[in-house]
Amino acid sequence: MRFSPYLGIYRAQFAVTLASQLQYRVEALIWLFGAILQPLIYLIVWSTVSQTNGGSVGGYSTGAFAAYFVVLMLVNQWTDTWVMYEFESRIREGTFSPKLLRPIHPIHSDVADNVTHKFLTSFILIPVAVLLAVIFHATLRPPLWALAAFVPSLFLAFLLRFVVEWTVALACFWTTRVGAVNQMYAVAVMVLSGQMAPLSLFPPPVQTLATILPFRWMVAFPVDLATGALSPHDALVGCVTQAVWLALGVVLLNVVWRWAVRRYSAVGV
Amino acid sequence: MSNLRLLWVFFRLGALNELAYRANFFVQFIQSSLGLATALIGLAVVFAHTATLGGWRSTELLALVGIYFVVGGSLNVVIKPSMQQLMEDVRLGTLDFTLTKPADAQLLVSVKQVELWELVDVVLGIGVLAVALVQLGAGIGIAEAIGFVLALACGAAIVYSFLLILTTLSFWVVRVTNILVVFQAMYEAGRWPVGIYPTWLRLSLTFIVPVAFAITVPAEALVGRLDLTTLLGAVGLALALLAVSRWFWTIGIRRYSGASA
Repeated sequence: MRFSPYLGIYRAQFAVTLASQLQYRVEALIWLFGAILQPLIYLIVWSTVSQTNGGSVGGYSTGAFAAYFVVLMLVNQWTDTWVMYEFESRIREGTFSPKLLRPIHPIHSDVADNVTHKFLTSFILIPVAVLLAVIFHATLRPPLWALAAFVPSLFLAFLLRFVVEWTVALACFWTTRVGAVNQMYAVAVMVLSGQMAPLSLFPPPVQTLATILPFRWMVAFPVDLATGALSPHDALVGCVTQAVWLALGVVLLNVVWRWAVRRYSAVGV
Repeated sequence: MSNLRLLWVFFRLGALNELAYRANFFVQFIQSSLGLATALIGLAVVFAHTATLGGWRSTELLALVGIYFVVGGSLNVVIKPSMQQLMEDVRLGTLDFTLTKPADAQLLVSVKQVELWELVDVVLGIGVLAVALVQLGAGIGIAEAIGFVLALACGAAIVYSFLLILTTLSFWVVRVTNILVVFQAMYEAGRWPVGIYPTWLRLSLTFIVPVAFAITVPAEALVGRLDLTTLLGAVGLALALLAVSRWFWTIGIRRYSGASA
């Protein structure tokens, strides 16, 4: 596989997605609003719990909760995708057909679109994160090695979540009523990727489930790493697990994709 | 009286429409159950680590979650789809057909679209509320019950007026659909008692997006921690907002130029 043609393709894709997303600034802001508010709500809930119980719960101090949810807000936005919600109309309205005719896998334009969105929203998200960290007195003192390891783990988490969610989105090829499938997945992500509470606050069976399944490795792991909750050994094992899941995910994606395209029969256009 | 009959006719029509798509009921049932499950898991994990949250015990918060689903579901059954339809009608000019009908236009646009299966949320919410009430036991007297019904009615009126005002903006700015997304995000904050939020967020949730009046205040009435001032305030705000939204609607409708295809 040669990479050089992909560089040109991605450069062109970024130019297109940047131009189109700059046209929909308000829309991007509105989606960002939800991405900020949800972790903020849980930040406040857990800070309140911690304060009611003498300033610490389950090994997390009030400031540690603030740090956890501020970092979670960033990691969640940086790994989030919305392909599952777009695929339904793509298939139902037949707008997917022209993408299939191109001599390149349609996943690449989605990756470019997603990365552009993250790049643009970060200009608002990062200042908001800093502001919230100050307002809620977040105590964030990770060791340097953890910060260094955070970068590859975030990158792996992004790729893993993208591959998994793109695969789940392919369910549309079999049924256009994917609302229930999407929501089942959304609940699993909500609970098992640590968005509701740090995973260590859940009962052991839930923690085991989150560790066996890919969810923990999509969000909670980079967050724990950046907040200094992990040992170097845990960090290494985690990154390897991420890589293994990513490899499995890519294989699964390819298998399901081949099935799906064979089933595809376009309507209209 | 004739208005009530009109409401009933619209509701029946919408229901008949939806009954043609029965499979959607199962999809909605799964989605609502998942939504409820998420809320309950959230409560469970929080109360595994604390006895009270902002002074609320777990059964009291369970009642709050029930109200969250009842109110949210009711909005989704008729108000929100109708408002969405109104924005669309303004954009396409099809509001003409509604305006020519010999009935009050505000009433017509408010009940035009019915999404029957969203009632599942309401039913689940009532179930949760019932369980919470049984657990709360003898704490609910006649005064609490009256306060609850009154607070709930006021909350509904306040949120309805608020959504109508937002939607009426579409007479000036055509693309306001996304405002409803912001409302939804803020509404989810109402799943927890607004008392736990810092002042700036609490004030936003009370007066900018009046989620507090729709969920926290009725729940407070039910568990007997509502003071008379807040209740009277809710009544006053409900009446004021109903009047303001009515006034704003008549101004907006005057601006509507129609499509005259």
